[in-house]
Amino acid sequence: MSSPALGLGPVRIARERIRVPRASGLLRLVSPIVLLLLWQAASSSGLLPERLIAAPVKIARTAVDLTSAGTLPDAIAVSLQRVVEGFVIGAVAGIVLALVAGLSRLGENAVDPPMQMLRALPFYGLIPLFILWFGIGETPKVALVALGVAFPLYLNTFAGIRGVDGKLAEAGRVLRLSRTGLIRHVILPGALPQTLVGLRQSLGVAWLALIVAEQVNADSGLGWMINDAREFMRTDVIVVGLVVYSSLGLLTDALVRLIERRALAWRRAFQPA
Amino acid sequence: MATSLPTRVAPPATRHTARTRGLTRAFGDRRILDGLDLDIERGEFVALLGRSGSGKSTLLRALAGLDRETTGELTVEGTVAVAFQEPRLLPWKRVIDNVALGLSGPRAKAREALEEVGLTARAGAWPLTLSGGEAQRASLARALVREPELLLLDEPFSALDALTRITMHRLVLDLWDRHSAHGSVLLVTHDVDEALLLADRVLVLGEGRIAYESRVEAGRPRRIEDLTGLRTELLRRLGVEEEDR
Repeated sequence: MSSPALGLGPVRIARERIRVPRASGLLRLVSPIVLLLLWQAASSSGLLPERLIAAPVKIARTAVDLTSAGTLPDAIAVSLQRVVEGFVIGAVAGIVLALVAGLSRLGENAVDPPMQMLRALPFYGLIPLFILWFGIGETPKVALVALGVAFPLYLNTFAGIRGVDGKLAEAGRVLRLSRTGLIRHVILPGALPQTLVGLRQSLGVAWLALIVAEQVNADSGLGWMINDAREFMRTDVIVVGLVVYSSLGLLTDALVRLIERRALAWRRAFQPA
Repeated sequence: MATSLPTRVAPPATRHTARTRGLTRAFGDRRILDGLDLDIERGEFVALLGRSGSGKSTLLRALAGLDRETTGELTVEGTVAVAFQEPRLLPWKRVIDNVALGLSGPRAKAREALEEVGLTARAGAWPLTLSGGEAQRASLARALVREPELLLLDEPFSALDALTRITMHRLVLDLWDRHSAHGSVLLVTHDVDEALLLADRVLVLGEGRIAYESRVEAGRPRRIEDLTGLRTELLRRLGVEEEDR
């Protein structure tokens, strides 16, 4: 019953197809490594002066030094706290407003027009106003993060609620679900994918807002560390700060993706392997 | 071979699951339903035929209580359940949770319903992983678990492939056989053969009313070949003339 010629042909092709992306995955690491080596070579030979940018090895050493001295962990802790506080305030505000606007006509008429107008504001431009209102302490930084977080979450959650398939809501009504039951079983789970898109956007904005806020005035945190380094032309410290910022951004993004994988497991059927 | 004896004696005419008098529904100037009178007897399997746009779905939505703008008299005794053309399962709830949705108490009833439609093995599956036939079975189970007095089927088989459709026809007849003491079925369809194979009584909707109706006096299982006369008549009523050659 075996027909190897016919049976093995497609299998071989399939195996080759799997091998190709794996090899290219490794290949993709080659050019960044080469660039790093070139950078190091340029720095060591004096072609790239340290006043412009420090050498990779120097940066790595500085990172270790800053960590062991406690400067970097302290700065990260301060910045993280600002982001977390701002994020929680902004997320709660954005989601609550989206629920109010999404679940009732009255709420939509009350909440949505001002939100749509405010979102057109370039909110980094609000910093001078925030400084006048909140001074130069923690409050304006947290407020800026909160503002940046609230809008993407509001817009996406609202769109998610309104995007729930009316046919599913109708099925829920036929099943005699109460209004709360309908919200709990149909509308909120239906809005969740879009809300998670908003969550990812808002976390990206949160870090950006923090960086902007910390550049303007700060006496602690990562932004302060970077600004302080500028005064002393410590390009190595600046780069360490930037790397930390982006790592924290990637970390929170990975966190959301983990949440997505668990919360949207029902959608996995749609995702390519 | 096929006798013309119905397998089921219709329950007394006084017991109606659903009754409408002068049911009217207008969209703008167009009256989709125009003084429609309909009685569905307890335990009866009724098929409702009509060309597209004739108001089949409008009538079904009115009976399901989904349309508040219908005027006229409408009485439905007891619970109504609907199986829609698309199964409308909530994709974020596993099959068993879809069936149990809105039910209070333990899952045992939902499991029984899944067993009845032969879907026990997929109880824990996500709806998006089901085949079309499986999803429609789950939708049927979700409707049946409520033990409805009136089960409304809104073209539930039209999106299925021919083989699955045959299986589903058998399943629906089987389920109705077991539950008919309790409830009636109204099947909305555009498929004349489906109506003839399944129903006790076939209605044709036209001009916003029941334009034609006929009992199907044949035992089950039926063969379409034995019902060609009625089939031709129904097709004619639906505006399809058969060519004589």
